[in-house]
Amino acid sequence: MKRRDFLKGAIPASVTLPGLLSPFSVKAFAENAPLVQALMLPTTITDHVLVLVQLTGGNDGLNTVIPLEIYNSYINARANIAIPESKVLHLTGVNKVGLHPSMTGIQSLFNDGKAAIVQSVGYPSPNFSHFRATDIWMSASESNQSINSGWMGRYLNYEYPNFPNGFPNSTMTDPLAIQIGSVASLTLQGPAINMGMSISNPTSFYSLLNGILEPAPSTPAGKELTYIRTVAKQTEQYATVIKNAANSVTQQVTYPTGNSLADQLKIVARLIKGGLQTRVYMVSFGSFDTHASQVNSIDTTTGTHAILLQKVSDAIKAFQDDLKYLGVEERVVGMTFSEFGRRIKSNGSIGTDHGAAAPLFVFGKNVLPGVIGDTPAITTSVSVNDNLPFQYDFRSVYSTLLENWLCVKKEDLQTIMLKNFQTLPLINTAACKVSSPNTSGTKLISNYPNPFAASTTITFTTAGGHTLVQVIDVLGRVIQTLVDEDYQAGTYQVVFKSTAIQKGVYYARLQNLSAQQVRTMLKAE
Amino acid sequence: MDRRKFLSAFKSRSAAPGAIEELIEPPETARTKTTLAPYTGPWRTNEVVHLLKRTMFGASKAIIDYFLSRTTSQSVDELINPVTPLPEPPVKEYDTTGALTQPDVNIAPGATWVNDPNNDGTIQSRRRASFKKWWMGQIINQDRSIREKMTMLWHDHFSTETVDVSNAQYIYKHHALLRSNSLGNFKSLVRAVTIDPAMLVYLNGQLNTANAPDENFSRELQELFCCGKGPGSLYTEGDVKEAAKVLTGWRNNATTISSYFDSTRHNTTTKTFSSFYNNTVITGRTGATGGDLELDALLTMIFSTQEVALYVCRKIYRWFVYYDIDSAVEANIITPLAAIFRSNNYEIKPVLSALLNSEHFFDVLNQGCFIKSPVELVVGVCREFKVAFPAATDYISNYALWNGLVSYSSNMQQNIGDPPDVSGWKAYYQAPQFYEIWINSDTYPKRNQFTDLLVGNGYTANSKKIVVDGAEFAKQLSNPGNPNILIDDLLNIIFRLPLSSASKAQLKTDILLGGQSDDKYWTNAWILFISNPADTSNATIVKNRLRDLLKYLMDMAEYQLI
Repeated sequence: MKRRDFLKGAIPASVTLPGLLSPFSVKAFAENAPLVQALMLPTTITDHVLVLVQLTGGNDGLNTVIPLEIYNSYINARANIAIPESKVLHLTGVNKVGLHPSMTGIQSLFNDGKAAIVQSVGYPSPNFSHFRATDIWMSASESNQSINSGWMGRYLNYEYPNFPNGFPNSTMTDPLAIQIGSVASLTLQGPAINMGMSISNPTSFYSLLNGILEPAPSTPAGKELTYIRTVAKQTEQYATVIKNAANSVTQQVTYPTGNSLADQLKIVARLIKGGLQTRVYMVSFGSFDTHASQVNSIDTTTGTHAILLQKVSDAIKAFQDDLKYLGVEERVVGMTFSEFGRRIKSNGSIGTDHGAAAPLFVFGKNVLPGVIGDTPAITTSVSVNDNLPFQYDFRSVYSTLLENWLCVKKEDLQTIMLKNFQTLPLINTAACKVSSPNTSGTKLISNYPNPFAASTTITFTTAGGHTLVQVIDVLGRVIQTLVDEDYQAGTYQVVFKSTAIQKGVYYARLQNLSAQQVRTMLKAE
Repeated sequence: MDRRKFLSAFKSRSAAPGAIEELIEPPETARTKTTLAPYTGPWRTNEVVHLLKRTMFGASKAIIDYFLSRTTSQSVDELINPVTPLPEPPVKEYDTTGALTQPDVNIAPGATWVNDPNNDGTIQSRRRASFKKWWMGQIINQDRSIREKMTMLWHDHFSTETVDVSNAQYIYKHHALLRSNSLGNFKSLVRAVTIDPAMLVYLNGQLNTANAPDENFSRELQELFCCGKGPGSLYTEGDVKEAAKVLTGWRNNATTISSYFDSTRHNTTTKTFSSFYNNTVITGRTGATGGDLELDALLTMIFSTQEVALYVCRKIYRWFVYYDIDSAVEANIITPLAAIFRSNNYEIKPVLSALLNSEHFFDVLNQGCFIKSPVELVVGVCREFKVAFPAATDYISNYALWNGLVSYSSNMQQNIGDPPDVSGWKAYYQAPQFYEIWINSDTYPKRNQFTDLLVGNGYTANSKKIVVDGAEFAKQLSNPGNPNILIDDLLNIIFRLPLSSASKAQLKTDILLGGQSDDKYWTNAWILFISNPADTSNATIVKNRLRDLLKYLMDMAEYQLI
């Protein structure tokens, strides 16, 4: 298709835009011009919500999902921490594995058909550093690659490419993602900015609901601090919608107390029921870094790890019950993840060291229940350095959730996941609906064609002043600077010649004072 | 109030992030009765940082350490006695293309334009921009002194707007006047400003003639520059008219970039003033020296009042300490400071020395209560984190980057060279809000976006990037491998208010430890990074966590206070 044909096809017949046919059409596209609207990718319509539960520290998979069919090898490898066979919780219709005795909540979800277990999830050349492995899981990078965006951030950038310009708006009034925790997680980091909103902790959530400012001393410094905090509160653009959503929910089921994961999930359920269109929630819980005293040596079904697993299991069970009680069970799927599993063989301090692949849980009414994958193999001569190999790449789980739960078109998965991965039978796929146009904010930068081969034309809108357009690769390296000078306010075009670059995902980044926007581009052949 | 008492007030009030507490509205903000008596308390990072944040636009760890090894009075002495020569003027770095009535051909790229009388409108506009970029560069590269803060103070005080003055050569000359006299004699500065070409344009002095008097400058000379609007400032409308007559006859010459006195335009009648000025009579003078003689007589009369010293000392107080001047501050600080000003014949340094050495300045109640101006915010990020700019020889890139910083602070409502009007920025005079005027629902998000940008992707112009390198910053700290000490050291430099230990623990766990409970995970990551900085993944681990930590802290309200 020629560019001219494309433009002709895209605009209503009655609208004439004479400036379009010149190579550099200035100010031809007003922000709300039909053409610009037409160029927007419509946001996928779905009311599905994904809840990510991060278990920080590296959860010991072998003591979470116990390999009953190789129980002798299991106990041989970790006699000092092994769970007695008789105590392992049975899963209906499953003989090869069972659950840690403290996980009665997950057991009941599984037996009700609301949970799945994916065995031995990992990736090639596993990394054993908490930080690095966490970054790999959050960015969905290769083991030897440092990618500075997160998989959910890229997904949200794909759905809402213009964020935060023009947000909130009439159709997206709510945060794109909400994370409980003080640091903006890499998971939600888009190619340019973080796509999520952080709520430091459950207390700050309730402070927000109740309009409580942190106390300040009655000194001049305290006076000014209070003033600035008041303005900051007023400018928190999502404070009101969150308050309204939360306040519309007055009854929930009883959650376990003294369980910080339960505290977080209780908020998530409340916000979902309260009507937020937020698609992604992220909570975290830890620490699972059980190098020593993982179990109580007198009774290995008790101890640090048992308490942690019980809290996870109880919290998720209460959450799932609450979703049902609130009538939103159909809309929510959750998954747990941890940066790695732990070593097959236990150590001398009744604990386990950093390992590799581990099982994860996917839960929700629309989950296809069952255990995916074989029970990991453990040799009788297992050595201290041996790790479980992965059966499923964690990115296959992500890719499946994107396609089958968040309804991303199959052909677009690669621009988010950076590669193609297999789809797993995890989700009842019936619920995905078709796309329709949406108010997706103010588009400041776009390109055509996309995907592209030898070149693509980038259209950008500047408010005037210094304007920068760079092409950046997924590692964050600047491939080419296309524009770097002062401009009059208006819309301009520049051609990016791409013959010299490898195929893959690239970002066109616009910087114009406080405005920053990133367009995802795919070089095909 | 002593520091211990102050901190315990904080502890009892500030809850752990876990607790919900009613906001206790401060009944009456505590002020202080401390005086100009010299400060004799401890000289620690806290006091050094307080002094430097108020007197400079941000100080690096190295500068803090430098002053830590001196005494309080040695430090103040060094700050108010700059040893660095005055800077080289701005250079031609701008685009000279376009339809120009007077092409900019007399000077080479990289040479200064300030002495080249080009009056083409487009060139003037580009030179005005060039001047602002250059000025931002001077602030970014300030020496270890108070000079830049003083230059900005006098710019705020003798407010002019480049868009109104228009002539870029005048603008630079005016600026150079403020800068070279910034720590000199205030009376001499007022005299020079009165007949400065830019001021003659801005307040119509050049239009003020015997036949058509223009009272604009005469009024502001008394209302804004010397006597102010305080309760004791009782000059009359008649005084404004009479002073305007004294000031008639001054004109500008754009070719020589200077002003001159035209005796034919001068009002030679006798001028009589009110009782506020002790009924002074200034005899009308003729001839070439008439303008100078009458101006001297006028300033002698104005500076004989008590009000000038009081007014200017209040201005200086609000620039360096706090905006709230209650009766205790007026009696204990402003009145004695004004006496020092007068007895030293309006020399500026003795006033600064007395104020900055005082127990009042270091009073814990006067710490952390100053809201950063946009320039203090923008430059502060660059200076405190030692953000690397291109080599000085690459002036094109440097000017382009400085231009970005001018734009950012301008978007946050402080456009250097162009204050809103002749009164200067409202933050320094508009009661009751004062500094709080800088912060509103438009500017506060912009402040956060700016710091987010600099700790994140950085700002790029002319293909050169300025960005905060958290790892380089952490390397200078006492023990960056220990996450607790790292956070404490960092907060000591960038925050003025204490953060509760519960908040610090949460930041450590959530950010530096990635959710783990054992400090060794950060320690090991740091050791790996230091032992092999070329390894991208080691560096990324450390840098991303420091980036997140800085972003979080710099988005907090506390970061806006110095």
